[in-house]
Amino acid sequence: MEDLLKVRGLKTYFYTYEGVVKALEGINLDIYKGESLGLVGETGCGKSVTALSIMRLIQWPPGKIIGGEIHFNGKDLLKISEEEMRKIRGAEISMIFQEPMSSLNPVFTIGSQIMEAITLHQNVNKKEAEEKAIEMLNLVRMPDPEKVMNQYPHELSGGMQQRAMIAMALSCRPSLLIADEPTTALDVTVQAQILDVVQRVNKELGSSMLLITHDLGVVAQICDRVAVMYAGYIVEIGTVKQIFKNPQHPYTKGLMNAIPKIHVKTKRLEVIRGVVPNLITPPSGCRFHPRCDHAMDVCKKKVPPVTKVEEEHYVACFLHEGAK
Amino acid sequence: MGFIDEWKKRNESRIKETKFTLSLFRHSLLSMIGLGLIIFIVLIALFAPYLAKEHPTYVRLLNPEGKYVTEERWDIHFGDKLLPPSREHYFGTDDYGHDIFSMIVYGARLSIKIGLLVVISATIIGVILGAIAGYFGGYLDELIMRITDIFLSIPGLILAMAFAAALGRSIEHVMYALIIVWWPTYTRLIRGQILKTREETYVEAARSLGTPDSKIIFKHILPNTFAPVFVQMTMDLGNVVLNAAGLSFIGLGANPGTAEWGLMISMGRVYIFQAWWYVFFPGLAIVLFVLGFNLLGDGLRDVLDPKLRR
Repeated sequence: MEDLLKVRGLKTYFYTYEGVVKALEGINLDIYKGESLGLVGETGCGKSVTALSIMRLIQWPPGKIIGGEIHFNGKDLLKISEEEMRKIRGAEISMIFQEPMSSLNPVFTIGSQIMEAITLHQNVNKKEAEEKAIEMLNLVRMPDPEKVMNQYPHELSGGMQQRAMIAMALSCRPSLLIADEPTTALDVTVQAQILDVVQRVNKELGSSMLLITHDLGVVAQICDRVAVMYAGYIVEIGTVKQIFKNPQHPYTKGLMNAIPKIHVKTKRLEVIRGVVPNLITPPSGCRFHPRCDHAMDVCKKKVPPVTKVEEEHYVACFLHEGAK
Repeated sequence: MGFIDEWKKRNESRIKETKFTLSLFRHSLLSMIGLGLIIFIVLIALFAPYLAKEHPTYVRLLNPEGKYVTEERWDIHFGDKLLPPSREHYFGTDDYGHDIFSMIVYGARLSIKIGLLVVISATIIGVILGAIAGYFGGYLDELIMRITDIFLSIPGLILAMAFAAALGRSIEHVMYALIIVWWPTYTRLIRGQILKTREETYVEAARSLGTPDSKIIFKHILPNTFAPVFVQMTMDLGNVVLNAAGLSFIGLGANPGTAEWGLMISMGRVYIFQAWWYVFFPGLAIVLFVLGFNLLGDGLRDVLDPKLRR
């Protein structure tokens, strides 16, 4: 399959008062054309930083991308000028955020915000922009789009706000949509609707998606492949089927065991012991070793190399080194 | 009618919001009193030529620096010197026989002009410098804010006095001096607001859509920082006039013979025991003007604060 986005050795650090937060330590990631890739992991493992790094929206100070390459359609996004990057944002790579309420500007109507996004990248007049905006609102199944165009964000429900946000992000038909926990702030019934809209619209426009979430159910439902992140590293990547049926990394296995199962009677839910490490002074070697049941001496000393388990399925763990 | 209905439908949300804001405002008694005072003063200023009994003449003079300036002249009637309030002279007359009521009415025009010019100029400077400092940060921020600190470290009235004295006695110079004193407050305020708003998700969302910096500042940040700035502007309209009157009082402002409230108090000070009306009415005018804007500003703060709104 053809690559749309190719991330190699991406490193992003935050220089804070307490010390350097090593948020990303060499991320390798591919997104194919037309697929959706799920990025899962605990809070603070670097999922959002990955997304913002791809968009080059890391704010300096305190954050900085200190190394790596991000190839998008053959261009290295880390080498082009800010102005070229600005033209790619919104037009070719778009992003939707976790909190729909705070992602919309409270002092402008929904219509004027979507129209602004359209006129930024397309040479259209006001009338055409309005038509396109209504078309986008229809596409995300917004009830009564003409009315919503003239409404303010606070007049809409959370689900409608997120639909408006999706319409805005997709208004220029980007080839990659980054969705940073798009349903976390919504209640469960609305979640399903929003996910359905995202998935369907994405298919219709033929764009790829990077879906960031900590909800494995969501991933199983709408993603083609999954990448599992832990403390600034991608520890395992593979198709949804491979990861869910045959997890290889102890952390992924722990995550899978932590999902409650309806048909199996258990007294207590299994947990991964310990807490997420502090990224200013991360554990040496494999960052997961203090919480890992299979930790060996080598885990404390060296960062585990990425090993191929099967086609499309890679894992970074010493248990699998040499199991090629 | 069809056109109006169409407009109403399209702007339904806007109309609803405006109505809501107005209803909040109507329920605050003090701000309504403030607004009433201000409307009263503005009406007086607008209709000054019809209300006043005497009118100034304006003469073009060559000043010592070789520039032409327009100066205000009031006719002198020594026969009517220091008359108490009567039907002829509502507020009495001063030591040159000028009608004090007429001078106060014309003085309202000057006060509003000083207030608006100083506050708007200071806000424009504040928005530009504050936006640069707050949005771009770094060395530029450091530089602008340290200069602001230098200005803020000197007491306002003293600084204004120094500038007014250095520039020479004229009401225009008072305005320049007051702009110099007032811009740092706005720069500070706007920078702080921008620092806060810059971190909002919708600003990040705008950036993720490829919005250029200028548009982010003017469309996404500034409109969301405007409420406290607007409140500050309203409050300052009164304070600026108070300070201008202060400068005139100590002889650094308007030229003698001008209808300026502070100057009138200064001139009348000598006669305070013989002619109480000479200082009382200009003083009352200043009090009502400053009070009006302070009450309105206070009311606006409650109405515009999104946390107190709902």
